[in-house]
Amino acid sequence: MFKKKECVAMLLAGGQGSRLFALTQKTAKPAVSFGGKYRIIDFPLSNCINSGVDTVGVLTQYRPLLLNEYIGNGLSWDLDRRFGGVQILAPYQGQSGADWYRGTANAIWQNMEFINRYDAKYVLILSGDHIYKMDYAKMLEQHKKSGAACTIAVLDVPIEEASRFGIMSTREDGSIFKFTEKPKNPDSTKASMGIYVFTKDKLEAYLKADNDDPASSNDFGKNIIPTMLASGEKMMSYSFEGYWKDVGTIQSLWEANMDLLGDEPAFSLLDEAWRIYSRHAAQPPQYIAKGAVVENASVTAGCQIFGTVKNSVLGANVYVGKGAVVEDSVIMNDTVIEDGATVQYAILDEKVTIGKKATVGAPRESGEAIAVVGAEVSIGAGEVVAPGAMLSEN
Amino acid sequence: MTVAGLIFSNKQEQGFPEMTRRRTTASIPFGCRYRLIDFPLSNMVNSDITTVGVVTHYNYQSLMDHIGAGKDWDLARRSGGIKLLPPYITAYENHAAGKLYESRLEALMGSANFINRCGADYIVLSDCDVIMNIDLSAVIEEHIRTEAYITLVAKKVNAKDSLFGQNADVLGIDENGRVTSLSYTAPTKGNYYANTYLMVVSRADLQNIVSDSIAHRYTSFSHDILIRQLKKKNVHAYVFDGFCASINSLESYFNISMKMLDEDVRADLFANRDRQIFTKVRNSAPTKYDSAAKVSNSMIADGCTIEGVVENSIIFRGVHVGRGSVVKNCILLQDTYVGSNVTLNCVVADKNVIIKEGRTLSGHETMPFFIDKGATV
Repeated sequence: MFKKKECVAMLLAGGQGSRLFALTQKTAKPAVSFGGKYRIIDFPLSNCINSGVDTVGVLTQYRPLLLNEYIGNGLSWDLDRRFGGVQILAPYQGQSGADWYRGTANAIWQNMEFINRYDAKYVLILSGDHIYKMDYAKMLEQHKKSGAACTIAVLDVPIEEASRFGIMSTREDGSIFKFTEKPKNPDSTKASMGIYVFTKDKLEAYLKADNDDPASSNDFGKNIIPTMLASGEKMMSYSFEGYWKDVGTIQSLWEANMDLLGDEPAFSLLDEAWRIYSRHAAQPPQYIAKGAVVENASVTAGCQIFGTVKNSVLGANVYVGKGAVVEDSVIMNDTVIEDGATVQYAILDEKVTIGKKATVGAPRESGEAIAVVGAEVSIGAGEVVAPGAMLSEN
Repeated sequence: MTVAGLIFSNKQEQGFPEMTRRRTTASIPFGCRYRLIDFPLSNMVNSDITTVGVVTHYNYQSLMDHIGAGKDWDLARRSGGIKLLPPYITAYENHAAGKLYESRLEALMGSANFINRCGADYIVLSDCDVIMNIDLSAVIEEHIRTEAYITLVAKKVNAKDSLFGQNADVLGIDENGRVTSLSYTAPTKGNYYANTYLMVVSRADLQNIVSDSIAHRYTSFSHDILIRQLKKKNVHAYVFDGFCASINSLESYFNISMKMLDEDVRADLFANRDRQIFTKVRNSAPTKYDSAAKVSNSMIADGCTIEGVVENSIIFRGVHVGRGSVVKNCILLQDTYVGSNVTLNCVVADKNVIIKEGRTLSGHETMPFFIDKGATV
């Protein structure tokens, strides 16, 4: 039973996400919770299946246990296939020795065998740290039409923010003539979204050359893209319009969660035509008690709310006790906020316990930073966690 | 020792035509996100019963859609798993199983193949109208220990609780737990033991019951099997002390649904992490409450948008409650759309109902106002 796959997706999910500090002590960034019942990796995976890409290699390296368990056989995303589907690709031992993934490009190079098994003509490279909905099929379509060696998805960003991104300078037809990583004086506002479509033969050739170059840091942004440009390959930009957010920092993760709220949310998950799938157990429905206040909030299954929840995003099975107040916060799965506790402008990771009358953070208006409590941390009754604090088990 | 399960998906339908006209009792939506079959099915799975037959009679499209391959219950298996058993209609007239099942016994005869081939030592038989979270391994253990012929699960109820309604079958039980009588009308006051028709029987005995019934043209399980055997054989009652209620009319559906707002009932049904109630996962987004939402004492599923007031209500998945609307004491099934400035009290809306702007509808606790599936008000 052998069929070709026209396009195989490779999802880079090995990053530690060290800028998320306490939230990634125990798990890789793509497995961090988002929006109540999702994890970051649900977005690229759901985009894949919604775009008709049904073969996805997930490259893992840093603390992959939760990620491996979460993805399982891919059932939750309809990616459990007899041929193709989702597959975890961890670093492995070969004949000439074992090696960790030394960079994004090296990670793909070490798994060329996976891509070649499907005889794929195109390779879609994705990363596991962005929140967005995108039809990759349209990008692939443009890539095929243009005959480019590589197509890079770009987003128009405000010029003042452009120096945070990899910036593409393009001609009128969308072809790229210059790429600068985090330029001081950007001459374009087209930022790379870290989403690439490569023609496989070209990709394989450049990865091989890159692997043979001991001076290379084996990174797509730093090495592969500049080398291909310098060699005169046809590089195209694909303009994406819509919501896209890099959730690599505490602030941006908090903001992206808040973008789900409001009467006209910046980013909606209620869109039936482009569903985001996730793996979750069948929890009992949420219960909002008499006397509870729930305003401008996202609440999901298993939650029990006896206190006040405002401007916040709650994960599954969150308990908010009587008299407790949760404001401007992101609360992840299975966290318990006991009676009378106050949580303001904070991110609480999974399985956190906030004791009775304890205080976490300060009102957002006070201008203090976000308080973060890492997974499985218990805050005792009456204790105070200062705004901007970063608590983890260690 | 191996155990298989057999679930009867149709029951009590004449008493509850509003919801069962288009679906089986098994697929009546309940408790925001469940269907009634989730309870017996989860009870079986949680007691390691992984070979389950579901006897269907008619109207079972929604049931097939709900169960699918059984993955949500971990019942999509190479060996065993879930099997739907639709009526077995042969090309020959007058065959014993050549017509639609009319009784439990006929359904059993039609399922003889499943019973013969499931290979289990014991079979747990269950209806779908009873809501409970029960450890079936304890029932089976008691069945074996008391060397019973058939074990029936009984629930002690008070007539006032209206947990089983007027049509409950009542068991007389002696001090050893042996069933001494079975009658078809419930007393109007005082305590009694209601028969849940959740039963344990050895496969060999069940096979004999089926073949005897075919030979003697028996038609009623309770008349022809249970009552006949009470004096001769040890029909045992396992008295269950958790939450247990039977849905057999619109009124009981309303009352028992509202019991979910009781913290103790929720804890009894849903809090045990080792005995979760599984259901088909629909992948709805979390529910969004906007700045005008005011919710009190309500159970709400995912995928809803709440912009108005919701009190003492059960809100299923994908329901929209618009600005300025007030929903009190209501049960709104999947994808009900409540426009703005609507007032609802004691309303049960079946799936996909649209209630347009400014409407006011009210029933009463004893007679909730029912809106049929897909209707527009």
